[in-house]
Formats: sequence, structure tokens, C-alpha cells
Amino acid sequence: MTQMNQAMIEKYRSSFLKEVETNVEEGHWVKMCMQCGVCSGSCPLGPHWEHPPQEIFMMIRANKRDEVLKSSSMWFCTSCYNCIARCPRGLPITHIMHGLASYSKKLGLAPKSQPTESFGQIFWNSIASNGRVNELKIGLALQFKDGFGQGVKNAMAQKDLGMAMMKTKRMNPMEFFGGHTCKDKSGIARMLKKAQEVEDQHIANYGAGK
Amino acid sequence: MAKREYSYYPGCSSQKKASADNFMRSANAMCDALDITLKEIDDWNCCGASIGYAGGGEIPRLSLSARNIALSKQQHGDADIIAPCAACWIATKEAEERVEHNPRVREGINAALAEIGLKVEPAQMPKTRHMVEMLVEDIGLDTIANGKKKGLEGLTIAGYVGCQTNRPFGIAGESFENPKYLDNMVEAVGAKAVDRYAKKVACCSGALMFSEPEKGQALVRDIIEAAYDGGADMIVTPCQLCQMNVESYQTDINKRFGTKFNIPVVYYTQLIAVAYGKSAEEAGLDGQIIKATKLEALAGK
Ligand code: SF4
Ligand code: SF4
Repeated sequence: MTQMNQAMIEKYRSSFLKEVETNVEEGHWVKMCMQCGVCSGSCPLGPHWEHPPQEIFMMIRANKRDEVLKSSSMWFCTSCYNCIARCPRGLPITHIMHGLASYSKKLGLAPKSQPTESFGQIFWNSIASNGRVNELKIGLALQFKDGFGQGVKNAMAQKDLGMAMMKTKRMNPMEFFGGHTCKDKSGIARMLKKAQEVEDQHIANYGAGK
Repeated sequence: MAKREYSYYPGCSSQKKASADNFMRSANAMCDALDITLKEIDDWNCCGASIGYAGGGEIPRLSLSARNIALSKQQHGDADIIAPCAACWIATKEAEERVEHNPRVREGINAALAEIGLKVEPAQMPKTRHMVEMLVEDIGLDTIANGKKKGLEGLTIAGYVGCQTNRPFGIAGESFENPKYLDNMVEAVGAKAVDRYAKKVACCSGALMFSEPEKGQALVRDIIEAAYDGGADMIVTPCQLCQMNVESYQTDINKRFGTKFNIPVVYYTQLIAVAYGKSAEEAGLDGQIIKATKLEALAGK
């Protein structure tokens, strides 16, 4: 268990809702949910959610901290924005789901080897190091994330698609050696580092002052 | 036609030789035909897409779009930023919204931007608009219909709007459940739009196609099936990720579900480019994995 997680448990012992309101993106909206269930019926991958959004909101109020933060549920959000378009209370559900997922990861509670979590991290790393996404390297990193043997198998399974993408000029094998990047990569790295510090500081200060 | 100028950035997938390379070629051909100049934001960066949340928290993610906004302001003043990609459009608009309404997030973003000498301020940011908004609101579908060199007669097209071009912001005056602009665009270039296409605003699974392929492909199977049910020759979409997900996994889907899909998936920009007399290559039709043969034939005429 991470130190930050321990600190948060102690600070917000009696109220997971407070913790979510302070530390989770758009978390201050959670108390507005009236449990109508419309969001839960809107997720394209609904059957795969252990706890659909409405249930997550109820569990937050019922102090079920571990059950929420360790759940794989939020990682099945496809960012389709169906829920936001339909919620009678105007909750930014998509962002809260992303926020919960990201927060659970920060605390070291996200489920291990969750495929969307892994893919999202690979994607983010590509942005953070180049300023832009390198589709080829992301594809390869994804295929090879479970080791070399599995990677070769995965790559072979997708080789027809890869060839088709190259033939139609929609993928460039040379991307492997550099590829699309921003000029000010170091500036972007500094910016993201600072952004991360500001965000961590806010959590460490228990949202004090704001 | 009146000359128009906008600020813009293509987004990662529409760069040269990236997965939507052919989208950008067709968009350039379309803009040339409609007398639109897109001025690229120099050194723009990735918007973080939707899936970026898995690695970057709120402030890091929004800082990325804030940097693009600040650069656009610096380079192109108050010119609207045109986003051809739904994910870029949403991410940039969300960054603008948070900067406007959430002082804590604004301060955080500006602390990050200060590292590179940039800043965003409420009420001072250029407006970010989807390329479709530019066409519908500034140019007008009537103008597009009247100016075309040829009608795309004989084509029946399923207008697949998908999620993010439609929600949460959408196109002004359109409903979330049944937006009409894409069908209207199809009709404007002289083709027939599938009436009541059942999966018009369904989700293609987005980035989860990569992490949860079986589940994603099941969603796409339904999207394609509904297009066939509507008698479509092809599918048209405004979204780069929808295009990729619906076109390029058809072989996998056929294997997995025993279907026999082989339906082309094109961009609205390709339809307009062809209707305005551009060649198949200019319209990026050489970039289709499943060839849009009927559209190519019209482009050659
Ligand atoms: S749709 Fe809105 S109000 Fe209804 S359960 Fe979901 S979050 Fe709560
Ligand atoms: S955006 Fe996420 S939470 Fe909302 S309906 Fe779609 S999958 Fe469900």
C-alpha cells in the first residue's frame, strides 16, 4: 500500500465522499446524483462493469472505499458521453469515471494488469516523451507488453492489418526510429512535470485553501 | 465563395503517414475547393485523447490542450481553432471550460504553462470548433450542395456519427439521439442517406478496441450490420477513430462472428472532395483498406 493511500485513509477516515470531492476530477458533483440509473443503462460495455456508474456513486456515499477504488469498473468506460448527454442532474459522469480510475492508480489500488490501464499508460508515455502520439510504437508496445514470446504471437496475428496500413500509407515503419514529435519536447516535459506537482500538492494538502 | 481563414491542428492520427493520413489529404482537397485556408498551429501537441487519463491526471492532461490554445492565440490571434478530430475538439473545449469555470484548475494549468512562458486567461481564449461546425455553420450545406461539380448519384450511405462528434457538445441545433447533419451532408453531395440508421450514434468502443478487442469488435459488428440492413453501399463518418475501428477490423470480425462484412468506411471530407471534382488520390481514396470502388468510379468521371 502506498504512503499516499495510507495518508488519505487516515485523513478521510469517516468520509470517502469528502475524499472524492477533494481529490477526484469533478468529484464535487457526486452528491448531486439522485440514483435514477439512467447512466448505468447507457454504457456500451455495460455488461462488463462490475459496478455501473450509478452503483459507484451510491458506494461512494456508503463509504465503500476499497470496493470502489479497487474495482475494474471505471476502466470499461469508453468515453462515449452517453451518460453526460442523458443524466437529469447534469453530472459529468465520464470525467468522474476517468478521475476515479486515475486516482485509484495514483494510490496504487487499480487492479493489476488491467488491459485498458496498461494501454492508456503506454499511450500517455508516448505523449509525455514526444508531445505527440507515435502510433507504431504504441502498437508494438501494446503487443509486446506481456513479454517477447506473446508479443511475436500478437504481432503475427495483426500482421495483415499492419501490412494493409502500410500499403495505404497510413502507417510508416520509419516511425520506429523517431517519427512524429514536437520541437519543444523538453518544454512539454517541464510543463507536465509542473502540472503533476501541482496536482499532487493539492492532494497532499487535503485541498486546503481551495 | 468567400475566402475564410482559420487556425487549426490536425491531431496525431491525421499527420502524414499516420492512421488517418487519407483524412487530412481529403480535408485539404475539400478546403481548397471551398476556399478555406487552415493555418497550422506551429509545434502543436497531442490533446491527450480520452484515454490519456490512465497516465495523466486532470491538470497534466488539460495543460496539453491549454498549450495548444495559448500557441494558437500567440500565432493566430483570435482566429477560431478548427479541430478535425473529435477527441481533440472535446479535449480542447473541456480545457477551455475548466479554465473559465474552475479557478483551482486554471491556476494549476497556468503554473504549468508558466514553465514555457505561456498563459491562458478566461474570456480571452480563441473558440475551438469542429471542422463539421465550420462546414455547417460558416459555409452552409446549401452552399456546398449548390457549388458541387457532380452529384454522387447511385450511392446509398449510412451516416455513422458515433459518440464524440455528437456528445457532450454536439453540433448546435442537433439532437443527441438523432442528429441529422451527416445525412444532410450526404444528401447535399447528391447521394442517398440511409433512413433511420439504427446505430448512427452508437459507440465503436473508442480506444478500448486496442485493450478489449473482443468486446470492441462486438460493438462494431452491430454498427456494420445495421448499415447493411439499411441497404448501405458504404459508411461515412466524421471521426478518425470510428473510421479506423469500423473499417480495419472487418477481417477479424468476420473470423470471430462468422459474418461476411466488406463495407467501405469513408470520411465526409472525401465525399465533398469527390463531389467537387477532386481525383480519387486527392480525396485520399487510395487510403481505404476496403476500397470504396463506387466512389472511386465517380471520382474518375
Ligand atoms: S444518470 Fe445522473 S442522476 Fe441518474 S444515476 Fe446516473 S449520475 Fe445519478
Ligand atoms: S462515457 Fe463512460 S460512463 Fe458514460 S456512458 Fe459512456 S462508458 Fe458509460
